Amino acid sequence: MNTFRAALGRELLVLWRSPAEIINPLFFFVMVISLFPLAISPKPELLATVAPGVLWVAALLAVMLSLDGLFRRDQESGVLDMLLTAPVIPVVPVLAKLLAHWLLTGLPLVLISPLLGHMLQLPDGALGTVMLSLLLGTPALTIVGAIGAALTVGLNRGGILLAVLVLPLYIPVLIFGAGAVSAAAGGANVGGILAILGALLALTISLGPLAVSAGLKISSGN
Amino acid sequence: MLGSPRYFYTFSSRVLPWLTPIALLTLAAGLVWGLAFAPADYQQGNSYRIIFIHVPASSGALMGYMALGVSGLVAVVWRMKMAEVMLKSIAPFGAALAAISLVTGALWGKPTWGTYWQWDARMTSMLILLFMYVGVIALQAVIRDPRQAARAAGLLAMVGVINVVIVKYSVEWVQTLHQGSTLKMFGESTIDPAMKYPLLLSMLGLWLLYAVNVLLRARTEVLWRERRSKWVSKRVKEGEH
Amino acid sequence: MSDSSTRLELVQLGCERDDRMLFSGLSLTARAGEIWQITGANGAGKTTLLRILVGLHGFFEGERRWWQPQWQQDLLYLGHQPGVREELNPLENLRYACALNHQAGDPMAALAAVGLRGFEDVPAAHLSAGQKRRVALARLWLQRKAVWVLDEPYTAIDQDGVAQLDAQMQQAAEAGSLVIYTSHHRVGDGVQRLHLENGRAEVVS
Repeated sequence: MNTFRAALGRELLVLWRSPAEIINPLFFFVMVISLFPLAISPKPELLATVAPGVLWVAALLAVMLSLDGLFRRDQESGVLDMLLTAPVIPVVPVLAKLLAHWLLTGLPLVLISPLLGHMLQLPDGALGTVMLSLLLGTPALTIVGAIGAALTVGLNRGGILLAVLVLPLYIPVLIFGAGAVSAAAGGANVGGILAILGALLALTISLGPLAVSAGLKISSGN
Repeated sequence: MLGSPRYFYTFSSRVLPWLTPIALLTLAAGLVWGLAFAPADYQQGNSYRIIFIHVPASSGALMGYMALGVSGLVAVVWRMKMAEVMLKSIAPFGAALAAISLVTGALWGKPTWGTYWQWDARMTSMLILLFMYVGVIALQAVIRDPRQAARAAGLLAMVGVINVVIVKYSVEWVQTLHQGSTLKMFGESTIDPAMKYPLLLSMLGLWLLYAVNVLLRARTEVLWRERRSKWVSKRVKEGEH
Repeated sequence: MSDSSTRLELVQLGCERDDRMLFSGLSLTARAGEIWQITGANGAGKTTLLRILVGLHGFFEGERRWWQPQWQQDLLYLGHQPGVREELNPLENLRYACALNHQAGDPMAALAAVGLRGFEDVPAAHLSAGQKRRVALARLWLQRKAVWVLDEPYTAIDQDGVAQLDAQMQQAAEAGSLVIYTSHHRVGDGVQRLHLENGRAEVVS
C-alpha cells in the first residue's frame, strides 16, 4: 500500500510537470468535436442525432492517442527496467500509473463533456448520461489501451500500430457508451446500459492491470 | 510430447500424408454435393448455395481465433515453445477465412438483402474479427525476436478472445437484422437435411484443410527455429522431409 | 548449492539474439564477497547477460540459480540507462526507486555522498549525464543489498567519482555482498573477470 501511494504520487507529479500531456488530449477532444458541425451540417436535429457517436468516438480517440507515450519515457530512461526488477509485483506501480493517467487525462474529458454535448445540441436531460457513461467508459479505455501500449513500448512505431491493436478492443465500450447517450437523448431509461458499462469496467479493472504487467514483461524480453 | 518441436515434426510427418487427402476429399465432396446436388431453396433459389462456402469460412475464422487465444494462454503462462509456433501458424489462414466470409457474405447479401453490405450483427462481428486477426499479425510482424513476437501476439489474442465474446453480444444488442441462427449441431435444426449434410461435410473439410495449413506452417517455423539443432541438420543432410 | 556463501550459479547458460549466438556454455559460481567484472566488445552480450541475471530477459538456455527464491528482495540492479526521469528532481527520483525496491536509508545523505548536495531539487533535465548517473548510483549508499548488478556504472563518471565508486564496491564486497558489473574499468585486485568474445564466455581471473 505504501508502495502504491508512493508510486501514485510520483506518477501524478511526472504528469503534472509535463502539462502538454494533460492538455493535448483535452484540446484534441474539443477540436475533433468542433469539426463535425463544420463537416456534416450545423443543423440542430442532425447534430443531435450524431452527437452520441461523435462524442464517444472523439473521447475514445483522445484516450487512445494519450496512451501512446504511457510507458515510452519510462522505458527510454530505464525506469521501466527498475520497475520490473523491483521486489514488488509490477501490478502495483502499473495500477498507480493507470490511475494517475486517467485522473489527469481521462477525467478532464469527462468533466468537459456536458459542454460539448450541449454544443452538439443534445437535450439537457442527456448531458448527465454523457458524463456518467464517459466516467464509466474512459477508465476502461485507458486500461485496455495500456495493454496495447505495453506491447508496443519498445517498438518506436508510434500511434498507428497501437490503434490497429487497440481499436477492435474498444468496440464494446464504444457501443454501450454511445448507446447509453442515444437512449438518454431519446428519453429512455439508461440504467441497464450503464450497468453493462459498469460491468465492462469491472472486468477491465480486474484483468487489465495483470495483462498490462504481462505485456511489459514480454516487451522487456520475457 | 507434442510440446517438443522435434516430436511435433516427426508426428506431423506421419499425419500429413493422410490428413491432406482426407481434408481435400471431404471439402470437395461437401462442395460438389452442396453446389451441384443439394435442392434449391424455396425462397432464395440457388443464391443460398454460397452458404456452403460462407458458413464453413465463418466458423473456421472463429475457431481459428479461439485456437489463437488458447495458444496464447499456453505460450504466455507455460512458456511452451510449440504454442509460440502455433501463434504464428494459425493467424494467416484464419485471417483469410474471415476475409472470405466477408466477401461471400456480401455476395450473398446482394440478392438477399438488395445490398452488398449491411451492418448486421454477424457481418459486423466478422469484420471486427478480421481486424483482430490483423492486429495479431501486425504485432508479430514488427517484433524482431520470434519468441517475443509470439508471446506478445499471444497476450493480445487472449485479450482478443474475451473481446470476441463481448463484441458478439454488444453488436447483437445494437441490432439484429440477420435471420436467426438456422444451423444447430445439437438440438432441433430448421435447415433441410438435404442441405445440412453437405454443409456439415464442407465445414468439416475446411476445418481439416485449416489444420493441414497450420501443420505445414508450423513445420516450416519449427525448422527455422531449430535450424541450429542436430536433428534438423541431420535431416537436411539426409534429404529427409 | 555448493556452499552457503554461493549467491549465483550459472549452468551452461547460452543466449542467441538476432540470429547470433551471444554466448553459450557459460557456467560459473559467484559467491558472497566477490566482485565480478564482465568485459567484452560492444555487442558482445554484456547487457543481455545482466538482463538475464536480473530476470528482464527470459529467452536463454541453461540455468540461472540465485541463492534464495525471493532473491529480488535483496537485489540492486542499475541498468544501462540510469532510470532517472527528467521531470523529477534527484530526490524525487531516488525516493521513487527506494519505495519500489523497499530500500531503506537516508536519500539526502546518499545524494550528498555522490556529490549532489545542493542539486537535490534541481529538475533532472538540467543535470549532466554524469550527474544523472550519480542519482542512480546514490542507491549504492543506501541500505546494502546482498547482490549488486550494475550495467556500466562508470559511464559519464569523472575521475574522483570513479575512485569513490571503486571504494564503495570494494567495501560492499568486504561486507559480504556479491557485486557484478560490466565495464572495462577494473575495480581493484582480486576481481574475477568474465570475458565475452565471439560467442564464447571465459573466466579470466
